[in-house]
Amino acid sequence: MRYRFLTAALAATAALQFAGHAAATDLEVTHWWTSGGEAAAVAELAKAFDATGNHWVDGAIAGSGGTARPIMISRITGGDPMGATQFNHGRQAEELVQAGLMRDLTDVATKGKWTDVVRPKSLLDGCTIDGKIYCVPVNIHSWQWLWLSNEAFAKAGVPLPKDWNEFVAAAPALEKAGIIPLAVGGQAWQSSGAFDVLLAAVGGTDTFLKVYKDKDAKFAAGPEVAKVFKAADDARKMAKNTNVQDWNQATNLVITGKAGGQIMGDWAQGEFQVAGKTAGKDYTCLPGLGLNEVIATGGDAFYFPLLKDADKSKAQEVLAETLLDPKTQVAFNLKKGSLPVRGDVDLNAANDCMKKGLAILAKGAVIPWTDQLLSQDTQKQKEDLFAEFFAKPELTVEDAQKRFADLIASAD
Amino acid sequence: MQDRECTALTQPADEMSKSERPNLLFRNLNAKVASIPMILTAMVVFVGGTVWTVLYSFTNSKLLPRLNFVGLDQYYRLWAAPRWLISIENLLIYGAISLVFSLVIGFLLAALLDQKIRFEDTFRTIFLYPFALSFIVTGLVWQWLLNPDFGIQHVVRDLGWTSFSFDPLYNSSIVIYGISIAALWQGTGLIMCLMLAGLRGIDEDIWKAARVDGIPMWKTYLFIVIPMMRPVFITTLVIIASGIVKVYDLVVAQTSGGPGIASEVPAKYVYDYMFFAQNLGQGFAASTMMLLSVVIVIVPWAYLEFGRRK
Repeated sequence: MRYRFLTAALAATAALQFAGHAAATDLEVTHWWTSGGEAAAVAELAKAFDATGNHWVDGAIAGSGGTARPIMISRITGGDPMGATQFNHGRQAEELVQAGLMRDLTDVATKGKWTDVVRPKSLLDGCTIDGKIYCVPVNIHSWQWLWLSNEAFAKAGVPLPKDWNEFVAAAPALEKAGIIPLAVGGQAWQSSGAFDVLLAAVGGTDTFLKVYKDKDAKFAAGPEVAKVFKAADDARKMAKNTNVQDWNQATNLVITGKAGGQIMGDWAQGEFQVAGKTAGKDYTCLPGLGLNEVIATGGDAFYFPLLKDADKSKAQEVLAETLLDPKTQVAFNLKKGSLPVRGDVDLNAANDCMKKGLAILAKGAVIPWTDQLLSQDTQKQKEDLFAEFFAKPELTVEDAQKRFADLIASAD
Repeated sequence: MQDRECTALTQPADEMSKSERPNLLFRNLNAKVASIPMILTAMVVFVGGTVWTVLYSFTNSKLLPRLNFVGLDQYYRLWAAPRWLISIENLLIYGAISLVFSLVIGFLLAALLDQKIRFEDTFRTIFLYPFALSFIVTGLVWQWLLNPDFGIQHVVRDLGWTSFSFDPLYNSSIVIYGISIAALWQGTGLIMCLMLAGLRGIDEDIWKAARVDGIPMWKTYLFIVIPMMRPVFITTLVIIASGIVKVYDLVVAQTSGGPGIASEVPAKYVYDYMFFAQNLGQGFAASTMMLLSVVIVIVPWAYLEFGRRK
């Protein structure tokens, strides 16, 4: 008799627990933020969402976007969609939207006046397809940075360069001191990204847009772009002794003073912070390589697959609002080292380099990034070309430019 | 083989005399019912999947498969892509190396083990052991061994030979050989075991007869034993060849295609274009070319092997 009572009591508590869970809707969110700083940033998003009475089910996929995106896409196309998922806003999820698999957020956006608060405007354009908004941008990550090691230049006995040209001129002195002038990791996206940065910095904003936005193949074969290829040739010569693969290993060469500098996005800043380095004292950042101070508005965004469950759809709306909430934006972006997507938040805690970025953003010197302008297919072909260009000195500048122009001609 | 010929011969006769004998279709019914799932799998998954892939390789499918035909465009693009050409070249080099060396080394090791040596099972275990590792682990181990800062080069330089240089994975022109070393290390043990089993299957009397005739040992191996081991060699060839065509994980673990694109292989091209570049059409075209190359090798061989027995 007593046992039966006990069982009943246990069953009752279990049932209660169940009921408690059912009230808060579970929403699975997939993303590829798995490094130390990134995980801390995601925890801020989860905390904010849990505070609304729902429950964030973390679906982190290790191994960077390249590994994670195919998994996310197969889940959505395979009929097992998650509640929300990270993509880089732009064209990565374009076809999923066109196939009607993603949720239209226009109502939520109108209610939250996103068009007014999100800055710069081009960020929301990346989320808009046929006049409807399909994603929530959460941060701005820009590629246009040259990170320099103050220690390396002091050791080589040359003054710290103020732009790319001075950096190239200082390369022989660095080499003589046994320092790799430029660190470029072996992964294909790094060399291709470095070229895109050179295109915008050495070539200028117009050149960048003419090649990647208008896809003008004749222009890409012309003298303006030849100048950029010349700079890329300098870069590959300066980088030829980098024997590392991952971007953070390359950043580490700069942190330890084994390399003079690295062209890398602002996410590299997290590595400097973790190593306890101070901007201005231990390392220096040159936005736009010191030549053309612009910031590309790439970054991360959340997309919401179309779900049948009404409760979960409701929770999706709550999550979309939470992500753009000023408080969440500050907490998340400080941990992530990226810039917030709204102009009306207070970022006092930002460091020197982030403040430089914010100032450029305030001036409105922004360009769209390749994620928004080119399809993944074209991006991959570009990566193949520049991986080969940086690893193979026999590939001449002229041949590479010709292949680049062909690629732009067939780009979409 | 024998069986199929038998059925083929008896079928017409069977139709004529249906009234007298039970239908052959129902003979061994249990076995036939039991094999239905496998037949279905083979038809739907293998044949169906292949036909579907070939069909969609003529479309411009991007992230999602779409029946929008563009003729041979995907194939033109494929054969104009430098990365694909490098992949094919690498596959040929890698294939030649694995085929020749794993057969030769495997057979030599087996022949040596066959000399009734002591501790034979110990050696067998040692040689076969690498096969227990996956290609990913093999790749990582050899990535470290061949890394100039940690591996062989570093050790030799520490011993005093400071100008010694051995960094195949960081040199575009020889990187594929660095990958082949790892593949041979991993795969030769299995080939050795297959060969050893084949050698043990040779009747002891044949050896005695050869000895009586005064034929030297190497000649006995070359002209008597090896021809007798034909079935074993064919099995081994099939195993090695399938390993060559599908090589992917070893490259990913060792170099991920680098430096640059110098160690790319076709299977990696297929995967990268299907999933990273979100271009299914291009990936399907590449996999169709891989299938075609296998067919070109298999069909003449199958014709010679099975066709001439008529």
